[in-house]
Amino acid sequence: MAYDKFEILNSTAVPLPIENVDTDQIIPARFLKATERKGFGDNLFRDWRYNGDDTPKSDFVLNNPTYSGKILVGGKNFGSGSSREHAAWAVYDYGFRCVISSFFADIFKGNCLNIGVLPVQVSPEFAAKIFAAIEADPKTEISVNLPEQTVTLVKTGESESFDINGYKKQNMLNGFDDIDYLNNIKSEISEFAKELPL
Amino acid sequence: MSTKKTLFDKVWDSHVVKHVEDGPDVLFIDRHLVHEVTSPVAFLGIKNRKSGVLFPNKTFATADHNTPTINQHLPVADPLSANQLKALEENAKEYGISHWGLGHEKNGIVHVVGPEYGITQPGATIVCGDSHTSTHGAFGAIAFGIGTSEVEMVLSTQCIMQPKPKKMRINVEGELNFGVTPKDVALYIISQLTTSGATGYFVEYAGDVFENMTMEGRMTVCNLSIEMGARGGMIAPDEKTFEYVKGREFTPTGAAWDKAMAYWKTLKTDKGAEFDKELTFSASDIEPMITYGTNPGMGMGISKSIPNAEDLEGGVATYKKSLGYMAFNEGEDMIGKPIDFVFIGSCTNGRIEDFRAFTSIVKGRKKADNVTAWLVPGSHKVESAIKEEGLLDILTEAGFELREPGCSACLAMNDDKVPAGKLAVSTSNRNFEGRQGPGSRTLLASPLVAAAAAVTGKVTDPRELMKELA
Repeated sequence: MAYDKFEILNSTAVPLPIENVDTDQIIPARFLKATERKGFGDNLFRDWRYNGDDTPKSDFVLNNPTYSGKILVGGKNFGSGSSREHAAWAVYDYGFRCVISSFFADIFKGNCLNIGVLPVQVSPEFAAKIFAAIEADPKTEISVNLPEQTVTLVKTGESESFDINGYKKQNMLNGFDDIDYLNNIKSEISEFAKELPL
Repeated sequence: MSTKKTLFDKVWDSHVVKHVEDGPDVLFIDRHLVHEVTSPVAFLGIKNRKSGVLFPNKTFATADHNTPTINQHLPVADPLSANQLKALEENAKEYGISHWGLGHEKNGIVHVVGPEYGITQPGATIVCGDSHTSTHGAFGAIAFGIGTSEVEMVLSTQCIMQPKPKKMRINVEGELNFGVTPKDVALYIISQLTTSGATGYFVEYAGDVFENMTMEGRMTVCNLSIEMGARGGMIAPDEKTFEYVKGREFTPTGAAWDKAMAYWKTLKTDKGAEFDKELTFSASDIEPMITYGTNPGMGMGISKSIPNAEDLEGGVATYKKSLGYMAFNEGEDMIGKPIDFVFIGSCTNGRIEDFRAFTSIVKGRKKADNVTAWLVPGSHKVESAIKEEGLLDILTEAGFELREPGCSACLAMNDDKVPAGKLAVSTSNRNFEGRQGPGSRTLLASPLVAAAAAVTGKVTDPRELMKELA
């Protein structure tokens, strides 16, 4: 499934300065029972966001109207745990297009790139700066520039570059995915398969 | 550049269809395992793109994540779970994929049945939409979890696109102490590395401890590789591996076996091959482990007390939040804490050796009255062995019941949910907040520690009970 192109995103951000946010928190297993990719945003951070009786927990950041935006800023080791792509779907479906953290778990990061959420890894120092800026002013604007591979605090101009491989960058810029690429080289794959030992 | 290759290099490099410039490798996948939860959207994708399944005989489907563990002969009560199971069955049928659904004699947890039927083989690349696919690395395979987009890629092209990870070797040398199991070895390593210590790496386990370990023990260790952030972990195949694989349903025979063996015997790290990182631990430092927090890295020897935040690396706020969730305090002992639930099962510890270990401690004792125990075999094959070996009689005598196979309370997608606030000793793989049910509190441990808790009703050092037996 192709997704919207990603070039430059200017947005306020939602801060979640907790380390090791695992995929069971992002979307608990009991909400993985759909057979279509629909509605996962409703259950994003379900058990941090809602009480057992489905009333919102007022102290959780997604329930705080002060914070909003298309960027989620998480603590270190964001997305650890399960391979469930539903976690990335939930982030996307809720309305985030970018997650910033000082460290990502591998599979979550890969899943994000495959569905059009840009994972931006920054230094711990810059992550701390972003959290501090949002704390000082919840309307802090952040600019994520994919062509230039930079993330910038708009007000102060403080900026840092981030890594992404050239192939994935082109995919994100064009809204392509790996499936398109692989479907185009099927005959090459079938030839290769003939030579394998197993 | 050195021509010496690691085990990982050998398997990875031989499966690269092509390298994309400034991008990932196109990696060919030998074996694809699918289950009901992470596959439906992938099948929708191949329908929408009209791409079909390129090699249906390389994909194997089993139902495990949301299945009930009692009354499996009855229709599944939860309509959403039933719908997913039906979707898997229909998709498998439509595309000619083998399907071991609920009630099938070969049904069980995907990472338990793969090895049982010889689908898992040395030198193979194996993926599944489940992070504990790393289990199959025990055979010298490259095995790891993938997302649903990648499940679709494998269905339609038998390939995924991934950059080659860095390589780490973890050696554990010496002999394990009394009462220390493969689960303890893994929990110990994770406690030393943290849950992100191996992120970006693929791990090879080496040294005396893994050489001496049974195949099932190796599966437990490789299973938990993901819990330190590693994509996967693997162990070089040896005579034990070949002996295990031989004669299983999907194992090659005759000339194909000879050819496979010739290949498999080359699967070891060359002397002098380089790793990006190498760590060595001493087996004598490891005691039976237990976790006290909300990630698998928050573990310690069972006789120790909960560390103070100031003595640890990492954020104090996150650590205190975690202990707050568990309702534990810094400096407390784990031993003696009353528990409510015991779960033995999962792709980590749901095999016959795990049930033998559990039974060895409960034999001649009784389940504690305050404990609800869920004993869930990893597959029908494990279930049969429990009965045939007489373990079931011992368990029944001690007041335990055996359930039917599935992932069960490891992730609590079915009805096997630990209620809010209750404390469970679990042989599974994750102690995340709410993992075993909303508000549940999980202590990860070995089958021996689980058994000791089940009969005493509290966290107990299993060595105390084992001494009495000896």
